[in-house]
Amino acid sequence: MKKVRVIARIDVKNEFVIKGIHLEGLRKVGDPNDMAKKYYEDGIDEIIFMDAVAAYYDRNSLSHIIERACKDVFVPITVGGGIRNLDDIQKALNSGADKVAINTMGIRSPEFITEAAKVFGSQCIVSSIVAKETSQGRWEAYVDNGREPTTKDVLEWAHKVERLGAGEIMLTSIDKEGTKRGFDLELYKAICHRVSVPVIASGGAGCSNDLVELAQEVKIDGIAVASILHYKKESVISLKDELLGQNVEIRR
Amino acid sequence: MNKVVILDYGIGNVKSISNAFLKCGVDVIVTSSICEIDKSIGLVVPGVGAFAHGMEKLKEKGLDKVILNYAQEGKPILGICLGMQLFFDQSTEFGLNKGLGLVPGVVKKLPESSEKLPHISWNELDLSNEALNERGLLSNSSSKNFYFVHSYYVEPKHSETILATTKYSGIDFCSSIQYGNVYGCQFHPEKSASDGLRIISNFKSICEKAI
Repeated sequence: MKKVRVIARIDVKNEFVIKGIHLEGLRKVGDPNDMAKKYYEDGIDEIIFMDAVAAYYDRNSLSHIIERACKDVFVPITVGGGIRNLDDIQKALNSGADKVAINTMGIRSPEFITEAAKVFGSQCIVSSIVAKETSQGRWEAYVDNGREPTTKDVLEWAHKVERLGAGEIMLTSIDKEGTKRGFDLELYKAICHRVSVPVIASGGAGCSNDLVELAQEVKIDGIAVASILHYKKESVISLKDELLGQNVEIRR
Repeated sequence: MNKVVILDYGIGNVKSISNAFLKCGVDVIVTSSICEIDKSIGLVVPGVGAFAHGMEKLKEKGLDKVILNYAQEGKPILGICLGMQLFFDQSTEFGLNKGLGLVPGVVKKLPESSEKLPHISWNELDLSNEALNERGLLSNSSSKNFYFVHSYYVEPKHSETILATTKYSGIDFCSSIQYGNVYGCQFHPEKSASDGLRIISNFKSICEKAI
């Protein structure tokens, strides 16, 4: 049976893990390597490191964090934020990442996704889509870590990135992100109807029940959480215990 | 010092594999140097991406012949993901492509089904070959979860080659092999947490016993 992946999302600014609400208002919450190691030891399935201010510098600067993480963390690692060209991807993979998440550059130059998938393989390329609801059942894609609207419809864009060669989609809801009020279930139901690549949901988990609800209502492939782990409301262990208790198929 | 070589042919997450071996107390070196490969007690062939590209990169440095010679000498070889697939006769990825022909069998695409492709998930091994598995590569791995990321799988010609299968896309595909001294995993042991590290430790034992 396919197992839903429980993923820790770690946003980093200037060597610190930071957390915000609606991708803004950032607070320092800890050291990225300490947190990654703890989550790994507690049984996390995967870790995503996002460079939260890459857009300002137009580059990704998490190499040294990834290098350190790889010494102690033996689950897949994705790195995103400011991935602008093939060199950035090569650098990320050389430092030990398994996948890269591409948002802004993919929207500015869609052919970049195809080129990246050709060179590194689709399995390395995660299309990161950041969505804000504009009206019932419609969402707009944002870039620059959720700061800039694009007028692109999220569902159409998701359908396109799959054809361009992305191996996976990570879909973050700006409306729910950091609020701990649960996931945007309608968003994930809608996207799972439009694409056939794996989808990771990100944004909104407030308690373990939110993950249970998402897994039961939607054929989601991965669930990324941040606030509830970073603020220690739940641990990886308590999240997984609850999911298992509710018969959600996950890795024990 | 007895070293395991992780083959450097420009493809694959060698750093992760190297770190995982180091964590298991193995002295490793990432290289394509024939001298180091000759001296080693085991060889790991990593790989991610497309089959044809993988074969091209191996041939560029003459490493296809190096792997075949190594296997003939009887020293343990471990192929991971694409690395294992390259050991086989041929693959249907992007047209018909020849592999190393080291292990009889072919590489095929996972069938279209209600399950998504690529197969990116943690999944279980159903151990097939009790005799080989008791103290072999997969000892203590029954029903444990490992990390898979692939769209193609290997189909060995001889069923005795199959160490384990895994359920996905409506089939039980071969997820691990042993053909004499040639071993392989479709999953990534270096990304499969402590259960994956155990596989690496098992390979370490296999290499030490073979000295």
